[in-house]
Order: sequence, then C-alpha cells, then structure tokens
Amino acid sequence: MLRLRKYEEEEMITAKDIRRILLVSGWFMILTFPILGMRVDPLSDNIIWRLKNVMWVGIGTAVLQSLPHLWPLCLSMQAWVIRLWHRLMGTPAHKIVPKKAHRDSLISRVITNPRQRAIVCAVVLLLTIIYPQVVDEYQINIMIMALLYIMLGLGLNIVVGMAGLLDLGFVAFYAVGAYTYALLNLHYGFNFWMALPIGGLFAGIFGLLLGFPILRLRGDYLAIVTLGFGEIIRVVLENWTELTNGVAGIVNIPGPTFFGLGLTPSQKILYLYYLMVVFVVITIFVVNRLQDSRLGRAWLALREDEIACQAMGIDKRRTKLAAFSLGAFWAGIAGVVFAAQNRSVYPVSFSFLESAMILSIVVLGGMGSIVGVILGALILILLPEYLRELSQYRMLFFGAILVLMMIFRPQGLISVVRRKYDIDSIKAEEKEGKA
Amino acid sequence: MSEPILQVQNLTMDFGGIRALNKLDLTVHSGEIAALIGPNGAGKTTFFNCVTGIYKPTAGDIFLTPGKGEKTISIKGLKPNIVTGKGLSRTFQNIRLFPKMTVLENVMIGRHCRTKTFILGAIFRTPRARREERGILLHSYRLLEKVGLAESANDFAENLSYGAQRRLEIARALATEPHLLLLDEPAAGMNPQETEDLNALIREIATDGLAVLLIEHDMKLVMSLSQRIFVVDYGSKIAEGTPEEIRSNPAVIKAYLGE
Repeated sequence: MLRLRKYEEEEMITAKDIRRILLVSGWFMILTFPILGMRVDPLSDNIIWRLKNVMWVGIGTAVLQSLPHLWPLCLSMQAWVIRLWHRLMGTPAHKIVPKKAHRDSLISRVITNPRQRAIVCAVVLLLTIIYPQVVDEYQINIMIMALLYIMLGLGLNIVVGMAGLLDLGFVAFYAVGAYTYALLNLHYGFNFWMALPIGGLFAGIFGLLLGFPILRLRGDYLAIVTLGFGEIIRVVLENWTELTNGVAGIVNIPGPTFFGLGLTPSQKILYLYYLMVVFVVITIFVVNRLQDSRLGRAWLALREDEIACQAMGIDKRRTKLAAFSLGAFWAGIAGVVFAAQNRSVYPVSFSFLESAMILSIVVLGGMGSIVGVILGALILILLPEYLRELSQYRMLFFGAILVLMMIFRPQGLISVVRRKYDIDSIKAEEKEGKA
Repeated sequence: MSEPILQVQNLTMDFGGIRALNKLDLTVHSGEIAALIGPNGAGKTTFFNCVTGIYKPTAGDIFLTPGKGEKTISIKGLKPNIVTGKGLSRTFQNIRLFPKMTVLENVMIGRHCRTKTFILGAIFRTPRARREERGILLHSYRLLEKVGLAESANDFAENLSYGAQRRLEIARALATEPHLLLLDEPAAGMNPQETEDLNALIREIATDGLAVLLIEHDMKLVMSLSQRIFVVDYGSKIAEGTPEEIRSNPAVIKAYLGE
C-alpha cells in the first residue's frame, strides 16, 4: 500500500513516465521479435512475418506499465465524484468530512474486543455445525480437506509464523503421522484412536530429532536443510519397500471408529467432518494459549533478534526445539486423520509441493495470525476445488496471488494483532498490593 | 570497600591475528557505578561480549558473585542465557529491542529466566502458570513506571523515540533481576535533557544495591556518575581510578589526544 500512497502525492503521469513506458515497450518488442515476430514456413522455406504479435507485445507491456499510474486517476475521479455529489446536494462546506486517516482494520478490532470476538466465534462455529446438513457429501469431503489444512497451517504457523524458523519440509511430519497409523494398523491392528496420540508423538519426536542438528542454522540455510529432510522422508518411504510397500502405498486403512458402532459410509463422512471440527477447535485453542504465554513471547523474541533474546536469558535450544516438536506434533495428528480419511497412504502424497502449499497458506493468511491461517487455508484449498474448470491455470493463478501478496500486503491477508494488556487493571492490582 | 561482584583476570580475546583484549584485569564491586572508557576500537564492547558469553574468550577468567554472601562462580565460556540467569544483564550499543513486540512484552521477555511455565502450563493455564503470568505482568509494568514508559506500554517498541528505546532496553535488562548491569553506551544519540534523565535513572537503579558498569563516550555523564573508571586502549587497561585521578592521568590524555 505504501507504493500506492506515494503515487497519490505525485503527479499522475509525467512526460518522463511516458518516455520510460515507450522505451521499455520498444525494448520488449525488439527482444521478443526473433521468437514472436517471425517464423520459417517449413513447406515453402519462406519467412512469415508476424508483426501483429510484436505489436500486441508492445501494447501489453505499455498497458501493464501504466497500471500503477491509473490508480491515482481512480482516486482523483472518486474525489471528483464526491465533490460533485456534495455540490448537487448543496452540502455546506463545514459538513464535508475528510476521510479518516487511520483506523485499525475491522478484523483486528473484532479480535481485540472480547465480546465481539465471542459472538463471531459462536456464529462461525454454528455455521460449521450446520454446514454438512445443507450441502452434499462431495462438499463435506472438500471441507474436511480444508479443515485438515487449517490444522497443518496452524501447526506450521507455530514454527514459521511465531518462532520465525522457515521450515520447507513440514510435510515430512505429516507423512510420519500418516505412516505411523498405516503401519501400526497393518502390523498390529491399532485403531484410529489408539494411533492418533502415537502418530502425533512420533511426529513430535521426529521434529525434535530434526531440530537438534539445525539449531545453529538460520534463514536460508535452515530452509534448505528442512527441505532436504522433507525429501529424505519421502524417498525413504518410496524405497524401503519391505516396511512401507514403496510407491504402491498401504491400502485398506480403516476410518475412525465411533464407540465400536457400525456406521454407514455417509455417516462416516459426517462423523469425520465433526471430528475434524473438534480437532481444529482444539488446535486453535492450544495455539491461542501458547501465543499469549511465556513460551509464545520467547518464540516471538527469537524471531525478532536471536542475540538479544539469548542475552535476556532465553534458552535458544529449548525454545526452538519446543517450536519444532509442537509444530510437528500437529502435523502428525493431521497425518493420522489424513490416512483415516483417504483409507490409504502413498509416498506421492507427501511431495515438496505439499510443503509449499502449507507454507503458502501461512504466508498468504498472515504469519503468526490464527485467523489469517484459517482464511488462507480456506482460500487455497476451496478455491481450486470450485474452479476446477480452470484447473490448468491453477498454478499460474497461485503464483500470481503470491506475487501480488508480496507486493501489496507482505504481512499477509490478516496481520498479527499483538495482545494489548489492560493497563487499568494492572494499576488497580498494583494499588491493592501496596495498600 | 564492599565485596567484589565481577572479577575479570587476565582476559584475552583474539580474532585471528588481532588481539582485541590483552590481559585485561578488572574488578567491579557491589553497589558501585563504574565506567569503562577508551577510544573507538579499544575493545570495550568486546569486553562486554566476553563477559556476557556472546564471545568465548581466548584466555583468562571471569568470576561473578551473585549477591551478598553468595558463592563466587566462574562464568567464563557459559552461554549468554546462563550468564543472564546468574544475575548479569546488559544492554546493547546498537539498540536490540524486539521491534514488533509491544513495550510491555519487551520487558516481559526479561522475566523469562525467572519464570518456569512451559508447554503444558501454557496450554492448560494451571493456577501456578496463571499466578506466574500475573507476576510477570506486574513486575514488568512496575519497571516501565520506573523508566517512565508506562504510558506507552501497549505501543510497538519500534515506534518509540530513540531515547525511550534506550530506556526500554534498560527496563528489559532490569527485568532479569541482575546483580550487575552492563550498559553499552546508554547515552549515545541522546539530547542533553535525555542524558540528564538517564543520569538520574542510573543513580536510582544503583541505589537498589545493583552494580552498574557502563561504556560511555559522554565524559560529562561518566565523570558525574561513576565512582571508578577503567580506561582501555588497544585491548589493554591503561588506567584505573576515581574520576579526578583519570582526568589528570597522563596516559589517558595521551590515548585520547595523542602526543
């Protein structure tokens, strides 16, 4: 938004801008000319000139370049329309109020107000409960997927958003969870409920194990190592055929049981949906509590400045490992649910693309923001499902969204709202203590 | 004279072929305000980094006596967070606050090493965890009042003025309940009024029985505050004494003004 505001103050479009636009367009035309501008016709050995293409390149480049200049035009037109309106209505000059300069966004206001927050939460919860009653099974299945990704996103949010450790191999823990259930079920006949905590714990332990060697790494290096770890897990799953059955995967995994009662297939989907809702609610609850705790603050401090953080007495190792293993724990739980929902696990489900997807959810939604991650997961999982006709453009769309986000809202759709402490109550308590 | 709180003996720090600290001896006594001065590049900040565990010194010993009657312990080579836990805290020359956290939260971070709640306590919010959290909040707020930042408790640290950020750093360091506070150029970039306030603040801190060792270039502040001054140049201590002694010391004058 900064960039746009800057343009507002400047003149809309200057001669210099026009010259630059023309120059860049010209360059693009020259550069693309050999590829787009001519073609050898293999039949007649003649060169076919396709000057029209080059012209389109020039026009397209010029239009794209002038887009940023159009924004102030829109703004001035808006101002003009408002002025015209006031003149027509005969509003006295002193009653024309200029737009308020700065206000907290609607969402951050709702989040910080406990009553409004409670109402919104209740409404959202009610909607999620009613949802499967009004839609068909296909929609419920998609929603289960989205809820699964919300859980994964919230788990990664602990690692990336709060502790600031860029983890590109998050899917590894998801895979550990899924395969834990699949293998325990295959060999020892564990059911869903027995495997659930074990899957989570197992993934958490893997997080801890991965955490140790990379404690010293930061930023890009950390990202590369975690990326490698994610791939290692997948490759092991693919090649350790005796244990994991390789690329053929493990099939016939039973879904979650309901107190030993037999459920019809449609009931099972419904059951899984509500189960997922419960899991997500628990996750939100836990992540929210962690965020406002001593540990949550330590994560934030670690993200902000590692050296200052240590100098203030925070154990870097413990704090980082806690973030890694907690994030992994949630991925493990999600993995068990994934295995139970799909009734089968294949190594291919845990490719790097999956990690990138979860990371995109966190980045798009807003690093560290719970509401943001939920929104991010809903957008990135539901939108492709509903735009199936455009599926071949999916990745293009995806990339465009992320690029636009980085330019216009690098903090994500919903930026983190830091908790405001009630100063008056602290003061009151302090007086009490003194009296 | 009161008992020593920090004893540094023979401290040497090499960076490759460069000797940043050369057999430095230094003792700070409890309850006193001491200053470490010297020309730029003399090794003052390196000294701080060695003492607080950010660097591992090449040779020498560092002993800390945390409080009256406590056992003296060697803190050489300990990790920074352990050193802080033992009762030695610091501020940084180039302010290192947590910019995207609120002022109050910055101070609350300082309470980290004096509290215990971890994962389970945070999730289940046990009565103990809740009491602890309330204690952190009250303690931190009191410190903010002390440094005069209570009004901006809920602002982001990055939005504070320069002088206020320096004071916040002091509050954060105090939150760790140190016995010895190391201040690295606390008055850098402050205007005369802010420096005056800082002077009063450091005096107030020291009356609580805390020892303060500060690096500072503002000679007026150093001379008015400190009871003892150490002068280092090229990593070696060239003088030690009261402000009057330092002022007339020929070696110091030579180091600062040249021959």
